[in-house]
Amino acid sequence: MKKTIIIRKIAGDFAENKDIAKKVRIEEIIPSLLKGDEVVLDFGGVNGATQSFIHALVSDPIRELKDTAFDNLVYKNANDDIREIISIVYRYMQESLGNNE
Amino acid sequence: MKIFLSNQGNLRNFSAFAKSLDLSQPDKLEISAHDKWVTVHPANLVLVAALAIKAGKENSEIVGRIPETGRYLDRMGLYDLVKTPSPFIYNKKEEAGRFVPVQIIKTQEDQSRFIADMIPLLHLSEKNARVVKYVIGELVRNVLEHAFAKDGAIVAAQYYKKTNRVSIGICDTGIGIWKSLRECWHPKTDIEAIRLALTPGITGTTRREGGTAENAGAGLFFIKSLAKITRNYFAIYSGNSEYTLLKHKKRIKGMPRLYADPTRDSHNETDNAPSFRGTLVAVDISLDENREFNDLLYKIGEIYDKAIRERKRVKYKEPRFI
Repeated sequence: MKKTIIIRKIAGDFAENKDIAKKVRIEEIIPSLLKGDEVVLDFGGVNGATQSFIHALVSDPIRELKDTAFDNLVYKNANDDIREIISIVYRYMQESLGNNE
Repeated sequence: MKIFLSNQGNLRNFSAFAKSLDLSQPDKLEISAHDKWVTVHPANLVLVAALAIKAGKENSEIVGRIPETGRYLDRMGLYDLVKTPSPFIYNKKEEAGRFVPVQIIKTQEDQSRFIADMIPLLHLSEKNARVVKYVIGELVRNVLEHAFAKDGAIVAAQYYKKTNRVSIGICDTGIGIWKSLRECWHPKTDIEAIRLALTPGITGTTRREGGTAENAGAGLFFIKSLAKITRNYFAIYSGNSEYTLLKHKKRIKGMPRLYADPTRDSHNETDNAPSFRGTLVAVDISLDENREFNDLLYKIGEIYDKAIRERKRVKYKEPRFI
């Protein structure tokens, strides 16, 4: 199964509302990943995003579900800025995995 | 409280401005200005505005002779926060400029509305607006999440066409940085707390690398780094301490090197400023149509990773050699 989340619809053309990111993560992303679904985060029409927004959206699935998240979270229509921010979050989350107190 | 607005109110001189504040008697605010010329960075403006809101309109006034350039204080909304009527008469519609007057943001919804409605007032290109939205989005969210500020985040911004620079100031009268980091990081002093807050990966919500599900401890480091890469100033003031990132010299070619440790950056800091109950963050960002924002983010992200790697290495067990 594939679950597509249209970010523009929920966060507007500049994604900075962490409350929304948290809600989507808890209510849609994690349950779908746990079911084994592929989750497509579609950034079409979104011009930019803050690191805080992306962190609130995907850091927990990466930390908790690891390969399930890496394999099944897919990003669509992300512009270069958003791609870079997503990549930063992926890098530092992987750096931090397995090292927590 | 007594605040003097000088004719040198830029971020370079923010440390002197902070030291000049008289923050005694917090229930009363008296603002005066240089009698011939007044220059106000959004940093100075939001600090004055936050203290005026805290003291209350009836207890805040602008005294003495205010020069013609003081009209800017009116345009930026300071007279709306004090009992002194504005002496300036002009058609506000004719005064349209590239600035965002003092705004109060108390909720995430306020923040999203502010970013959508107010940024166009700066008349920036879409590309440059993204940078400003990013900075304001991160800094305001910090206040909403960590400051516990009853009066919210006080924000103002100004675009300077000649230098193609945006100056932003964000202030709150919340718990301050030291208190925000106390539980997890136990900073001994305000300046130690500020240094921690500027270090990538340090958040007041956990000591865990990678942060919590909602916080990574990246916001202030990213903003300070944006200022450094674009060769500008960045200032932060909380408690009795103040830190100003100095401008990277133009004669040094290439992209300025970023450091995870804020004390390695060229900066001024003081731990004997008047004690300010709250936090002020201010930044100047030069806008460059030729520079890609994602390239800047990449550079900043690299240092963030490096900081985590180095902290991990510190925790590794060392072999026992005999």
